[in-house]
Amino acid sequence: MKAAAFAYHRPDGVDEAVGLLAEYGDDAKVLAGGQSLVPMLAMRLTHFDNLIDISRITELVGIDARDNEIRIGAATPHAFVGMDDEVADSVPLLTLATPHIGHFQIRTRGTLGGAIAHADPAAEYAAVALALDAQMEAISPRGARDIPAAEFFSGLWENSMASDEILTAVRFPVWGSRSGFAVEEFARRHGDFAIAGAAVAVELDADARVSRCGIGLLGLGSTPLRGSPAEQAVIGRPVDDITADEVGRLAISALTDIPADLQGSAAYRAKVGATMVARAWKSATAEASDA
Amino acid sequence: MHEWPMKVSVNGQSTEATVEPRLTLADYLRERCGLTGTHLGCEHGACGACTVLVDGQAMRSCLMFAVQADGCEVTTVEGVASGDGELSPVQEALRECHGLQCGFCTPGFVMSITALLRDNPTPTDEEIREGLSGNFCRCTGYQGIINAVHRAAENQA
Repeated sequence: MKAAAFAYHRPDGVDEAVGLLAEYGDDAKVLAGGQSLVPMLAMRLTHFDNLIDISRITELVGIDARDNEIRIGAATPHAFVGMDDEVADSVPLLTLATPHIGHFQIRTRGTLGGAIAHADPAAEYAAVALALDAQMEAISPRGARDIPAAEFFSGLWENSMASDEILTAVRFPVWGSRSGFAVEEFARRHGDFAIAGAAVAVELDADARVSRCGIGLLGLGSTPLRGSPAEQAVIGRPVDDITADEVGRLAISALTDIPADLQGSAAYRAKVGATMVARAWKSATAEASDA
Repeated sequence: MHEWPMKVSVNGQSTEATVEPRLTLADYLRERCGLTGTHLGCEHGACGACTVLVDGQAMRSCLMFAVQADGCEVTTVEGVASGDGELSPVQEALRECHGLQCGFCTPGFVMSITALLRDNPTPTDEEIREGLSGNFCRCTGYQGIINAVHRAAENQA
């Protein structure tokens, strides 16, 4: 359980980090909090000749409230995100998701950008980014660009960034005042990767019709996913006419790649996933209706 | 592979070393500093036995490379009791409440509980269970440990 040897680099700024990544390309990996990467290195599931430690780059740490969005630096620890009042007011889905991530001793070190870039199918912040249509900010020697969350997760532990790009921040949109949010997940033990879970955001108009809905799914594919059929089915309908069971059933109806492992078959995960969506829908819509 | 110079304060003592980057903080503490109170169970962040405080925050020392602690202040279980050997309130409560049996997991629990009570001096039962969910104990059945957290909170009040 010891990592194989590697060269360690600790750049002082983003420009230097980008330069190192450009120099080493596929032979390098960005190290942020390391709460996923270090165990993978220790178990020798993966190896890189060079690790570029961005955890001390201060320009990558911080939470910025802007017009209608919250920008969170990629190297901001989960614990900061979970405790931030501005985040709790503006993007409550992040606050609700944070306690589900590992344990508090993991959240002191793990980072929001690291979790999203790692792209685990059961990553809570990734599901939140998808549900809310967040924008990922990436930088490379060719300059900075935004990648919509919908285009970011490309496969198991794979994202759509080029090998010389670094995720620098994620911008989460702030939804309207008549919104509700909920995260539900099921795991064998608290803090384990979820067998299945859901992050639900819903916004109602003045007539209590659903004007916006985002459903992020955890553990139900090789990447975090959206429950698109359910989102489309609820838009424009009076919220009181929609049953939670219907939303749960539809959310998982188009999934084709549900994993099966010792923790459960694909059919079992699908059932758990539908239940998690239904529960999250119930509490999100209750909150939105009261708002 | 090239080695890195590093300085880290451990339990208030400054230490200096040149280390291979792949050396974990846990192995640095145990093998370079001789502080074998920090235990290694799983070495991939699941069991919590290696929990230490880095700049006051509870972290897994098996999931950090020693070079990443360069310039930081680390507190291990050896730094929790007072200089004359008097147990800390958390250690005392674990002893009183039978919160340990074989003792392998105990250093990790001591560090997690110490951080937990500092940030939340009067935790509810649920908050204690959530706070300790990242530490495994295979002897006690946890009840004695949870009682110890309540006892330590009362004694610190």
